[in-house]
Amino acid sequence: MTATVAEPWVGRPIKRKEDPRLIMGRARYVDDINVTGQLWATFVRSPEAHAKILSIDTSAAREYPGVRAVFTGHDLDLAAPLPMAWVPPGIEVNNPPHWALAKDEVHHVGDPVALVIGDDRYAVVDAAAQVLVDYDPLPVVTDVEAALTDGSPLVHEELGTNRCHEWSLGGGDLEAGFAAADVIVERRVVNHRTAGGAIEPRGVLADYRAGALTLTSSTQVPHFLRLFLALQLGISEDRVRAIAPEVGGGFGSKLQIYGEEIALAWASRKLERPIKWIETRSEGLLTTHHGRDQVAYVRVGATRDGKITAFHTKIIADLGAYLMLLTPTIPSLGAFVMSGVYDIPAVQTDIVGVFTNKISTDAIRGAGRPEATHMIEVCIDQLAAELGMDRLELRRRNFIDPASFPHETAIGVVYDSGNYAGALDKLLEHFDADAERAAAPAGKLRGIGYSTYTEICGLAPSRVTGPSGFGLQTGLWESAMVRVHITGAVTVYTGTSPHGQGLETTMAQIVADKLGTSPENVEVIHGDTATGPQGLGTYGSRSTAVGGESVARATDKVADKARRIVAHQLEAAVDDIEVIGGRFAVKGSPDKGMTIGEIAGAAYIPENLPEDMEPGLEELAFYDPSNFVFPFGAHACVVDVDPETGNVDVVRYVAVDDCGPAINPKLIAGQVHGGIVHAIGQALFEQIHYNEDGQLVTGTFADYALPSAADVPSFELDRTETPSPVNSLGVKGVGEAGTIAATPAVLNAVVDALRPLGVGYMNMPLSSMRIWETIQEAKS
Amino acid sequence: MIPAEFDYVAPGSLDEALTALREGGEDAKVLAGGHSLIPLMKLRLAAPSLLVDLRRLDELRGVSRADGVLRFGALTRHHEVATGGYGLISAAAATIADQQVRNMGTIGGTIAHGDSASDMPAVLLAHEGSVVLRGPGGEREVAAADFFQDYLTTDVGEDEILTEVRFPALEGYGFGYEKFNRRQEDWAMVAVSALVKKGGDGTCADVRIGLTHMGSTPLRATAAEDALRGRPLNADTIADAASHAADGTQPPSDLNATQDYKRHLARVLTRRALTAASQ
Repeated sequence: MTATVAEPWVGRPIKRKEDPRLIMGRARYVDDINVTGQLWATFVRSPEAHAKILSIDTSAAREYPGVRAVFTGHDLDLAAPLPMAWVPPGIEVNNPPHWALAKDEVHHVGDPVALVIGDDRYAVVDAAAQVLVDYDPLPVVTDVEAALTDGSPLVHEELGTNRCHEWSLGGGDLEAGFAAADVIVERRVVNHRTAGGAIEPRGVLADYRAGALTLTSSTQVPHFLRLFLALQLGISEDRVRAIAPEVGGGFGSKLQIYGEEIALAWASRKLERPIKWIETRSEGLLTTHHGRDQVAYVRVGATRDGKITAFHTKIIADLGAYLMLLTPTIPSLGAFVMSGVYDIPAVQTDIVGVFTNKISTDAIRGAGRPEATHMIEVCIDQLAAELGMDRLELRRRNFIDPASFPHETAIGVVYDSGNYAGALDKLLEHFDADAERAAAPAGKLRGIGYSTYTEICGLAPSRVTGPSGFGLQTGLWESAMVRVHITGAVTVYTGTSPHGQGLETTMAQIVADKLGTSPENVEVIHGDTATGPQGLGTYGSRSTAVGGESVARATDKVADKARRIVAHQLEAAVDDIEVIGGRFAVKGSPDKGMTIGEIAGAAYIPENLPEDMEPGLEELAFYDPSNFVFPFGAHACVVDVDPETGNVDVVRYVAVDDCGPAINPKLIAGQVHGGIVHAIGQALFEQIHYNEDGQLVTGTFADYALPSAADVPSFELDRTETPSPVNSLGVKGVGEAGTIAATPAVLNAVVDALRPLGVGYMNMPLSSMRIWETIQEAKS
Repeated sequence: MIPAEFDYVAPGSLDEALTALREGGEDAKVLAGGHSLIPLMKLRLAAPSLLVDLRRLDELRGVSRADGVLRFGALTRHHEVATGGYGLISAAAATIADQQVRNMGTIGGTIAHGDSASDMPAVLLAHEGSVVLRGPGGEREVAAADFFQDYLTTDVGEDEILTEVRFPALEGYGFGYEKFNRRQEDWAMVAVSALVKKGGDGTCADVRIGLTHMGSTPLRATAAEDALRGRPLNADTIADAASHAADGTQPPSDLNATQDYKRHLARVLTRRALTAASQ
């Protein structure tokens, strides 16, 4: 008898295991979860961008029917302000206190000043309108560069400056690099403020009873949340359970410890009642952290024949009013890959973090890397124009040599693997620029833009990012537990916290191959600190490269034990047992073997196990990566600009991405689609805008223009597969790659379209009016 | 959605609805689809004490044609208007928001709401159409030119319900609808409705141009119309007429469009709409 060799599950574009419950409305989000005795909460928020709180009169609100309590900032006796996780060695970071409820001063519109709790979801909102706050307005600054000028209003008077911190990363001889340059191009590159825009708003259900807290939150980081709830409330960590139930997207906006989470936990303990809060959309745009918001002064030097000799960036980062969990670190994440896919001998990034009277910025999809990619990819095009050289030829002349991987860049970061020319070649198999130009419709200006990118993800090797390295006050390992039940059913517990990525499917595929079973037989459990092993959450495109690897390692341990059991029972050598045809079988005798169910039966009814072997079949693995991983690719964007109106249509978008060997090509495509839309959204539509008074102008989805399917073309995708040597799966992250790659492709295409009109450069957002105005300026 | 508290009724007849509206007083509002009113309530920019939902009034649904007039029952859904083959009326309705909104929103609702950024008001104005209002004292017909009074303000009295929207069936007119917005689903930044009747000699026998979101009410581009009426229809005359499309307008501006830009768009879109209408 010959066993058929089943096609491995890894690599197959199977449908997502999680989709049926999501599509059919059977998933349970925070808003779907209610507990007996539950009260409702709402927050009173500052309408002022900067003001002293002179008084808060809560008497009318307290007397409102159904209201149980009203708390203000001074009522909350918390151990510490909200957390910020970065203490970079040798760098001074101004970190003004940020309380769950503002105490004496508000610093941005939406800053919470009171918490109203009552029986009814509607009544608390009505009652909140009865809380009378007397504000003494203070001067406001919202422009990041204005905030650095002498005499600017100060966001935090006590600091005496709006400067939060300065941080630099460089390598190579910058001065020599620029001295060797024949051409130097300098540009001011703006990366405007955006919102995460997750489909599910934030929500919290805090339930403190019998000395223990259970907090359910729409979060990407339940384990961090548990830790900080314990620290803030002074409860032992073992008495805190944090649950991320079904979470409808995050894009980094739920990689946060929010004041609402802490305040509700505190109030639940105080009132001994479960309390729930669900964010409204308007509240979300106002108070869920934003992303991007950098102004960069970029200098790139090159020889006449197109060899880049030096790259310098000064980033002025708008941090908003407070430092939230990772606020000041975001621009630094970009600095690690500032030179992109190019071999540049001298690279330096200087960052200054600045306070303004706006909600904080923090991680939003890509977090620093989209900004960095935008800077270099836009400036490469600018340099090509200056040199009179083809844009792709200039890129090719500077690509890192594929033979040089692992490649240490000028700043000492080691790229794991890559073949950038390979990705570009693949792109051009699908894309003929001349034919595209020839097909331009009458009356339209057709433009083509490219982006060749890499990024740094798979967060993170703790020795690099930890307290004595980059300065994050945490490790960034991941852990997983794999349990084979007596029937052969498999449960995988991961410390990551997927919220739409599809990891229940990809992790099941990884496990299924190793145990000779199918993904349907593998359930992946996540998001509950009480049921799973520890972990650090889902962000930084880490969940497969770090979380998936920890699952693979735990599964390998299970498979090792299974092999020993089979070898013992079939009287074969352990090394001769292999997984083939859905069984653990003896090499060369495939009819001799056991299924994972049979092995589990033997493990749990331990009548015939090897000497000294423990019963049971489950294993735990911790994994801290030795390095980051560096996905890469090449994107091309075709736009048609209407020169009369300034309207931009993205008519074609082709992307080649490399995230190593695919576990599930369908899910990769989904991530790339979403990522590109996210970036097209920023480039063309989305903009968080505050006016000079610090009022949020784009406070609804009518004004904050997330694109829909009708606004983007059908994407054409392909991949190359360059394995990473960092993990056993060879995989790299892909959740952020599209967003990291795509804004410069769009901008370069628009500038390419406008060149015949004399427009050589412009910044995002590429709104129709700004394009029209730019054309008018070029004409005059 | 956490609106302020309100009462709700869904009467079974128009008379009952009028009674409910009258008894509800000045803070009672009519609900006819809800895709404008509900978002305002959600943001607490509107806080009606009573919603009188017309959804059960089948007598207000449907389209009929008699004596050269197209009559749309107030509760006729945008989708039905968009797919009914009513020329400019359908072309404009097909661009309203997205399919979900077109399946719920109604022509009477959008006209009564009177948002100058919405598609249908300027289309009605360009047609020189009218609305029928029913009140306690009976029915009255109001011409579109008199109906739209100011931003979100129309001639519908507190105790009246808009029951019908009437468009003269403009035989022999070509049409063009040019809408400029950021995203497909957005309200118009500017939109232009054009209706052109070509004379036997190739001249412009009549022209109507409606402007959307160029003022606090929908507008007619009368200067442009006057510049074209009676003249030969060609690229030059159309361009010349279109150059007057924004004359005298004070369009509302926002982050994405200054007055200058909107006036410019009005001129460009008018040229394009007139060109389409003259084919």
